[in-house]
Amino acid sequence: MTIEINNLHKKFGKNQVLKGVDLTIDEGRIYAILGPNGSGKTTLIKSILGMVIPNKGQISVLEEPIKKGWKYRKKIDYLPQIANFPPNIKVKELIHMIKDLRNSPSEEEELIKLFGLEPFLKKKLSTLSGGTKQKVNIVLTFMFDSPLIILDEPTTGLDPKALIRLKELIQKEKAQGKTILITSHIMQFVEETADEIVYLLEGEIYFKGSIAKLLEQTEQTNFEHAIAAITTGSHA
Amino acid sequence: MLKILKYSFYDLIRSRWSYVYFLFYLALGFVLLFLNNDVSKAVITLMNVIIVLVPLIGTIFGVMYYYNSREFTELLLAQPIKRSSIFLGQYFGVSGSLTLSLVLGLGIPFVLYGLLRSNAIFDFTLLLVTGAFLTFIFVGLSFVIAISNENKIKGFGYAVLLWLFLAVVYDGLFLMSLIMFEEYPLDTFSLVATALNPIDLSRILILLKLDISALLGYTGAIFKKFFGTDLGFVISLTILLLWTILPILGLQYKAKRKDF
Amino acid sequence: MRLDVQHIKYILGFAFLMGFQIGSANTWTVCGTCENTSIKKTIDRAAPHDTLLIEKGTYKEFEILVEKPLVIKGIGYPIVDGEKKGEIFRVTSDNVTLDGLFVINVGVSYTKDNAAIRIVQSKNFSIQNMVLEQLFFGIYLEKSSHGKVYHNRIIGDAVDEYNSGNGIQLWYSSDVEVRKNHVQGTRDGIYLEFSDRITITDNVSMDNLRYGLHFMFSNNDVYSNNTFENNGAGVAVMFSKFITMKNNTFRKNWGTAAYGMLLKEINDAEIVGNTFEENTIGINIEGSNRINYTNNDFIGNGWAIRVVGACYTNSFKGNNFLYNSFDISYNSKLNDNVFEGNFWSSYTGYDLDKDGFGDVPYRPVKLFSYVVNRTPETIVLLRSLFMDIIDFSERVSPVFTPDNLKDAQPLMKIRP
Repeated sequence: MTIEINNLHKKFGKNQVLKGVDLTIDEGRIYAILGPNGSGKTTLIKSILGMVIPNKGQISVLEEPIKKGWKYRKKIDYLPQIANFPPNIKVKELIHMIKDLRNSPSEEEELIKLFGLEPFLKKKLSTLSGGTKQKVNIVLTFMFDSPLIILDEPTTGLDPKALIRLKELIQKEKAQGKTILITSHIMQFVEETADEIVYLLEGEIYFKGSIAKLLEQTEQTNFEHAIAAITTGSHA
Repeated sequence: MLKILKYSFYDLIRSRWSYVYFLFYLALGFVLLFLNNDVSKAVITLMNVIIVLVPLIGTIFGVMYYYNSREFTELLLAQPIKRSSIFLGQYFGVSGSLTLSLVLGLGIPFVLYGLLRSNAIFDFTLLLVTGAFLTFIFVGLSFVIAISNENKIKGFGYAVLLWLFLAVVYDGLFLMSLIMFEEYPLDTFSLVATALNPIDLSRILILLKLDISALLGYTGAIFKKFFGTDLGFVISLTILLLWTILPILGLQYKAKRKDF
Repeated sequence: MRLDVQHIKYILGFAFLMGFQIGSANTWTVCGTCENTSIKKTIDRAAPHDTLLIEKGTYKEFEILVEKPLVIKGIGYPIVDGEKKGEIFRVTSDNVTLDGLFVINVGVSYTKDNAAIRIVQSKNFSIQNMVLEQLFFGIYLEKSSHGKVYHNRIIGDAVDEYNSGNGIQLWYSSDVEVRKNHVQGTRDGIYLEFSDRITITDNVSMDNLRYGLHFMFSNNDVYSNNTFENNGAGVAVMFSKFITMKNNTFRKNWGTAAYGMLLKEINDAEIVGNTFEENTIGINIEGSNRINYTNNDFIGNGWAIRVVGACYTNSFKGNNFLYNSFDISYNSKLNDNVFEGNFWSSYTGYDLDKDGFGDVPYRPVKLFSYVVNRTPETIVLLRSLFMDIIDFSERVSPVFTPDNLKDAQPLMKIRP
């Protein structure tokens, strides 16, 4: 078990976002966390990362409770949803800085080449386009060798070529036995990459299982339709 | 924490605002010395500036930096770094770069004009030390306010209000209570009321070191008796230090509990 | 010894006197190896109008009584050492000259005002070129008149007021000239009580414990061209009439209770051309009327002028007020004094008609100084932003300070 979540509650003001989430993430698989806007996907991910502090419940990462710890984050590579980097520094410096902060071995050279970022290395981050920034973001995430990878909307702003590279990258990591958590709105991307779907609705886990199981349960043949039908279907 | 400090510091050192701040003080120092060519008089004028502007700039800078670096902070939060280290690092980065701008901006013209050979060097050092304290205090307070308010406008407003209170309103209330209770002995009261506000405390500390302290008359004599001794000086530095530490503790407390 | 014109004059005068007195007066020489070794005994032997020449040496004598007209002159500054036993010279006769002696060690007493030199009920005396050190009182003139105290150096080492005396004291004396003396380290440098028609000129009085110059109940006196510096409380002029104060310098009387000059119950005085520089309070005025303050310079004082109590019909004209923390402090809402044609360094008005006077009146009283007068503790807000703001608003529309207290014709340029 890579991640174990028990009875997780989180409230923002009056808004109860997570209402007792129980979730087990197994090693070496790719999980897609899906759900409508405001269902608590990002909150769940941020809870795992320790950025959101739960009101109730436990989270363990790699058999260790995360409460008040921070060293466990060494074993997580996280790709945030909106990458707004410090504007005054150059791409090269940012990569150098994150390496310096994490203090672990990294392989950024290959990734930079893969995404064609060489011409941008000496440019300030504030001058980059959204897509280029996302590529930098991806480099920063994948350059370390951690057993757990969390990707929050990784496809944002990517051109088709870069998207293919990303998918290859994810598969490569999976082949190395890593656990990967993804949120995305691009269903095609999810269908292609994910082994398992975790569907959140109103702060609870509504569905958890493989794509095949989902199709079966919703009696759909198309994944996208299955997701759309997931709520209506069962309520019916 | 030192790594975060280093990067925040570098980030700020390269930002245009640090230069503006630095150049402002550089120009101020040169203009003051050029206009009356007297180091001791310039120190007095500078005191007025330091007491008002340094806290204001510290406040605005602190709030601005916090809100502007929010996404960057989130990036850091996902890294294997202790939470409080991130915020303390940023805090010390901002305070440190502001203090550096202040010290260099004022220091360079004064050194060029022969401060090192003048008697005013101690007064000037005291001026810079209190300036540094005020920077650290007000950046700290503004960080606490910013971390407690998600809404930028609100946070900015509260921070400026706090500055306004400590720089102006506090003295107004102080004055009114002195006048209202003028029949009573007020020495202890005014001593305490002064010590409680870092701006007033800095002002009195600098005033007492200058010749101008004789104007304070009998009340000043009591102040001098208290602040003028080594013990009084240590006490006032302790109070300034407390004023610095309290926001830092508040920042740590808030940082531990905040969701991002 | 330095010879300047004055010295030469005196030496010539002395030579003339010697020539004139051949036949009628004798000259006695006193020295360690002479026939006469004692000043006291030689005075006993001498006849009126004789001259005593005291040669270089040390004479341990005190209570030297001079009761006949004599000239007692030191050559090469002989030391007269009173060994702290009491008074040293006591003059009770008219026409006595003391010249060129180095008098030390006056006895300190708590019951008697021992002086290095005391002149009692005498006229036409002359005390000159004396050096007085380790003293209690220096030169004490008691009910004496028509004399001069010229070019003496009085150096005390006073620490406490209760066991120190004054440098030059005039008590019930009149028509005395006090000139070119240097007084320092005493209680009051120069003290006048019930003494009229005294002129005090070209003296330096500094580092005294209390006042550099102290007037009490003395009228029609003139003091000019003196320098008063770093005295405990500056200069005090009290309960006196018709005093003229001209071209004096009051400097660095800096302390919580120090003034350049303290005026108390002074009427009909002229204060002209003086410089008040770096004093806590330039002039502190209490109950003083009909005084003309003209062409004075007030530079870098805490308060240039502080008016306490009722003061009427004073006029302040043609003065320079430069860089004082407060120009005028005033404790009443009534104003009967005139401010006109002064230069104020903090004046920010303009002169569109180019007549040399600002078109907007200057209000020299800050609200803050008014508040401080009311509640002295509020001074702790000195130089705070709040005070600057309310001072500004009061200047724009006066509410608390007298409306007519203003200089309607402020000078645009500093009076040279």
